[in-house]
Amino acid sequence: MSDSPTLLRATGISKSFPGVRALDDVHLDLRHGEVLALVGENGAGKSTLLKLLSGIYRPEAGTMELDGSPMSPSGPRQANELGISVIHQEFHLMPDLTVAQNIFIGREPRRAGLIRDDVLERRAAALFERLGIPLDPRQPVSHLSVAGQQMVEIAKALSFDARVLIMDEPTAALTETEVATLFRIVRDFVSPRTGVIYVSHRMDEIKEISDRITVLRDGRYVDTLPTASTATREVIAAMVGRQLETGARPGAASSDPAGLDAAGLDAAGLDAAGLDPAGRAVVLSVRGLSTRKLLRDVSFELHRGEILGFAGLMGAGRTEVARAIIGADRSTGVVEVNGRPVTVRNPADAVRNGIGYLSEDRKRYGLLLDQDVVRNIMLSSLPGMTRGGFVRDADGRRVAAEMVDRLGIRTPSVTQTAKNLSGGNQQKVVLAKWLVRDCDVLIVDEPTRGIDVGAKDEIYGLLTSLAAQGKSIIVISSELPEVLRLADRIVVMCEGRVTGTLANADATQHDIMELATRFGADRSLVTTGDAE
Amino acid sequence: MTTTSTTTTGPTGKRPATRFGNRQQLQQILAFAGLVGIFAFFSIASPYFLDWANVKGILLATAVTGIMALGATFVIATGGIDLSVGTGMTLCSVMTGVFLANLGLPLVVGVLGGLAIGALIGLLNGLNVSYLRLPPFIATLAMMMVAQGLSLVISGTKPIYFSDVAGFDQLAAGELIPGLPNAVLIFFAAAAIAGLTLSKTLTGRYALSIGSNEEATAISGVDVRRWKVIIYVVAGLFTGLAGVVMASRLNSAQPGLGLGYELEAIAAVVIGGTSLRGGKATILGTVIGALIMATLTNGLRIMSIPQEWQKVAVGIVIVLAVYADILRRGKEA
Repeated sequence: MSDSPTLLRATGISKSFPGVRALDDVHLDLRHGEVLALVGENGAGKSTLLKLLSGIYRPEAGTMELDGSPMSPSGPRQANELGISVIHQEFHLMPDLTVAQNIFIGREPRRAGLIRDDVLERRAAALFERLGIPLDPRQPVSHLSVAGQQMVEIAKALSFDARVLIMDEPTAALTETEVATLFRIVRDFVSPRTGVIYVSHRMDEIKEISDRITVLRDGRYVDTLPTASTATREVIAAMVGRQLETGARPGAASSDPAGLDAAGLDAAGLDAAGLDPAGRAVVLSVRGLSTRKLLRDVSFELHRGEILGFAGLMGAGRTEVARAIIGADRSTGVVEVNGRPVTVRNPADAVRNGIGYLSEDRKRYGLLLDQDVVRNIMLSSLPGMTRGGFVRDADGRRVAAEMVDRLGIRTPSVTQTAKNLSGGNQQKVVLAKWLVRDCDVLIVDEPTRGIDVGAKDEIYGLLTSLAAQGKSIIVISSELPEVLRLADRIVVMCEGRVTGTLANADATQHDIMELATRFGADRSLVTTGDAE
Repeated sequence: MTTTSTTTTGPTGKRPATRFGNRQQLQQILAFAGLVGIFAFFSIASPYFLDWANVKGILLATAVTGIMALGATFVIATGGIDLSVGTGMTLCSVMTGVFLANLGLPLVVGVLGGLAIGALIGLLNGLNVSYLRLPPFIATLAMMMVAQGLSLVISGTKPIYFSDVAGFDQLAAGELIPGLPNAVLIFFAAAAIAGLTLSKTLTGRYALSIGSNEEATAISGVDVRRWKVIIYVVAGLFTGLAGVVMASRLNSAQPGLGLGYELEAIAAVVIGGTSLRGGKATILGTVIGALIMATLTNGLRIMSIPQEWQKVAVGIVIVLAVYADILRRGKEA
């Protein structure tokens, strides 16, 4: 439409957070009428860049232009008014309000000061009609499944007269059918005056929907590639910055993942043994685990020295399995530790049975952010570190110092406050807490979420060597390359059920995705739990 | 592609719509059933309980706490709390006394002045919460003390009487509808306005929205800080109204009163089914909650249960009401 081929351009963008340089001199340009994929590993800076484009953050350096004129949105509302709509990875919905109320929040039609909910609902219904989304405008958002909520976010973004639509991993929670609906919506949206920035980890989707691919790595711009003439392998190489990486695993490539080299042959040996678990003792056995809300008859066994991966889409129930095992949520079923049935009513019971859980939300459930490394490491073991009712801080400091050494926690001292550590080192502190408590079973939920690429390798090495020392580890991860790299066997879940267990040696990303999307026939956008 | 998506998800559209109100309607029905139960119990236990004079007394006792509870509902809907409504109400009484009895201003001006003081209290609460980012508990705790102190200072610790202000006592005691005191009428009218404000205006919608997910509300482009101030001002207006009604009922402003009323108001809100975590609120529930509190106190008094034990009973009722709510929520989750 205009002479300038560029719809949205960002040049030399930099942004830091305390302790992290999230973006460093990053470029991006979106042309009229194109879908630009934005890729990079977790922590590459994609989400930060999107938040800058949508006015949630302000850049420290760099310029942004919309159709050739400078723009610097002062907030999400202004970005919307400029024609930039964003679907964020984490939902921004009000669960207690209805679908229609959520979509038009801040833009309620009124007469004489009173909100016209009827008009609101009609507009929402018309919008759903246009988008082909089967949602009831009057449904409270809390009654919707994750996929349904994602659809509400999409509808909300498209309810503005947007020229630039930015989507941050919109398909993470969607089934294939829903993804098809989403792609149709995206294609309908793209016109010579609009463009889409599409963030995703899924290469097949990127191949299908995008025209060009911009790659970020460690907060820096790497390259922009035309989708049609670029092989997936090349994109992944640009993302990870080296050619061979287990994450790529084109087909059933090497069965000896490169990342394990450093961790030693032990792990590789166990990998082979993992195919035949008969030789190793079962440490944790779970049979028929079910919860009211989601889990249905989940069964699996964890062997000594094994890393068992849990894969699945968002909402598949992986974290719920962990929460049920440690007694954080009520469940039915049998849990055996070392062959003996145990009753776990709460996390304290779990710890007594040697099961430690490292939450995906480290900052909320894993750490005392305002306390130092010593107190964090001691927390689970305090009763054993007292004399006459008084806490022996000296013991704590000694133990903490040992752990700092053993796990390679980089901190100026053991009295450093936890919140001042980097994500990777915080994760090691949480690990240390459970190691001090002598937990034999560790359940690690998203072990490298929010951790930069270098530190990820260290965490991987650490988990692998802990397993080699006889700890049994469950790794829950949304990143398939991570699961494929770490796990001896992989349990795949979908909708609260186990849809398959694979030995790593013959598992591919494709196999896992297929199991992870093996939905039952009755799936709908509304969760069944609330409708009862 | 389109057809497949329609067939897979089609049932969703046909699923009977769960109306937004269902859950809250259930809450209100339960609270109402509780009220009926308490009423039935006392009518059997005491022959005097159902006398119209006694019922009128219950309604009168409900009016002042009830009006305060209406305002508190809005603040609680945002996930906040307002501890300043009790002594704030007293300060509004005292200032109404200053305007009418001491300065001799016209009746309308004095009444509006009392409401304005309430709004001012709310404004300061709101600014402290929104812009100084004080936790609501602390901001309104401080205001509770400030209001109590100011009431005593301004009145010289002595009651202000409205004996010379013609017609003021009729505000509460007069009977536009014969047999029903105006105070009760004002309470019901205020409840109707509060109900409309909560369900049909931006103030109410954003109060629930903020209580449901404050960050998401802000990211949706709602000026959360400004709206919080407005919500506290609305709560303050109800505090002001409660102050005027209280002063009229007593035909005097009693500077020593007020402390403890805020907890009764909060209890009424919670018994009615409004969630202290925010996001869910019901005005009808609050009205029923206030009636339950007043009925219980009245009934126990009629049965000659000592005042000390009345407090114990009210405490137990609060626990039961909120636990019932938690049980129900657990079932839904």
